[in-house]
Amino acid sequence: MTSVRELLGDYPFLDELPQPWLDRLADLGHRVSYPTGLRLFNEGDHAEHFWLINSGSVGLDLHVPGRGHVLIDTIHSGSVLGWSWLFPPYRWHFGAVAARQVHAIQFSGVKVMALCREDPSGGMDLMRRFMGVVVDRLQATRIRLLDLYGYQS
Amino acid sequence: MIPSRYRIGRRVEETVDTVTFALTPVDRPLPEPAPGQFHMLYAFGVGEVPISVSGRLSHTVHEHTLRAVGAVTKALHAALAGTILGVRGPFGRGWMPPPPGSDLIIVAGGIGLAPLRPVIQHAVASRGRYGRVTVVIGARSPADLLYVREYPRWEASGIAVRSTVDAAGTNWQGNVGVVTTLLPGLVDDPAATVAMLCGPEVMMRFAARALMDQGAPPGAVQVSLERNMRCGIGECGHCQLGPLLVCRDGPVTGYDLAQPLLSVKEL
Repeated sequence: MTSVRELLGDYPFLDELPQPWLDRLADLGHRVSYPTGLRLFNEGDHAEHFWLINSGSVGLDLHVPGRGHVLIDTIHSGSVLGWSWLFPPYRWHFGAVAARQVHAIQFSGVKVMALCREDPSGGMDLMRRFMGVVVDRLQATRIRLLDLYGYQS
Repeated sequence: MIPSRYRIGRRVEETVDTVTFALTPVDRPLPEPAPGQFHMLYAFGVGEVPISVSGRLSHTVHEHTLRAVGAVTKALHAALAGTILGVRGPFGRGWMPPPPGSDLIIVAGGIGLAPLRPVIQHAVASRGRYGRVTVVIGARSPADLLYVREYPRWEASGIAVRSTVDAAGTNWQGNVGVVTTLLPGLVDDPAATVAMLCGPEVMMRFAARALMDQGAPPGAVQVSLERNMRCGIGECGHCQLGPLLVCRDGPVTGYDLAQPLLSVKEL
């Protein structure tokens, strides 16, 4: 079976991260699997983890009164799921459910944050990577705000 | 400039506001359209609109898919089988045929899938002629996706079909998000890649950029432009886009030509 350390080397998110950091992250990560339909977390739950999605996909959803759960985004394999562990109040803003069977590496946000504090230079590098993910999703959300497929007025 | 009479035959309600119908010639048939070309469809007493050819049933019977948006398209959408329409065309330049062996990336947004459907049908029929073929489809919601009943046939021929919507209920098994999120990793060999894009202009800009970031040459990215086509023969000037008259020089053009024009405000 491929080790966590070997898997980490395949993620674009961690591309060119120094080897010592990959080793440390590998010590903190462990493999998890979620069958299709299983809920990873609910909106409002305490946010403790993040995941690197190895295969499958995760749907982010929001409960809308009268409409039930509405899917608002899909996180694909190779991507990162979860950044609410980074910021107070450390609660998920959305729910997450396995859209297709997920194999991932799960990390404790508290432990990774402690690692960042021990080595601020490497921590800065990791935070910039998370910032990149946030920016990419913000840009995608802005495009969707245009309602491109709606009627032109 | 005189329309030929065509009769609406088979009619399929694609979504709540979008319909596909076949047109059979009543008079002498017009020349056979190439994929990506369009006809001017005339709802008698209402008006005329440019509508892309969305399929071919025979040399003379072709399909069109349209969404009810304005007065003319609403009249066409409401027209039942047997209704006679006026048709002029085919007009414009269609999709440039990809060289054999090319990897095809087809990106469609909303009704933009209609002019790409003949390309997909061609790829299905000539699957061995191309390398990897991927169709990426974006829509507002699952209920707005066009030709869903055809996806299994496309996939059975070896075409990868990926769809994404802006929002969906939890019974939706597909993706949610913008089409550009499905593009990473699609360009395997930039020199052998041909991309065809049709949809909202903003979507095409972002999709073209995402493909070029992966190494696709701008000239290998074809886009179908939409402007106010009226005469269809480059005479009236309503569809002018800089040096182009879209009805004559388009609607399909290379992104190397379109990119500088699309970035000019109010052009």
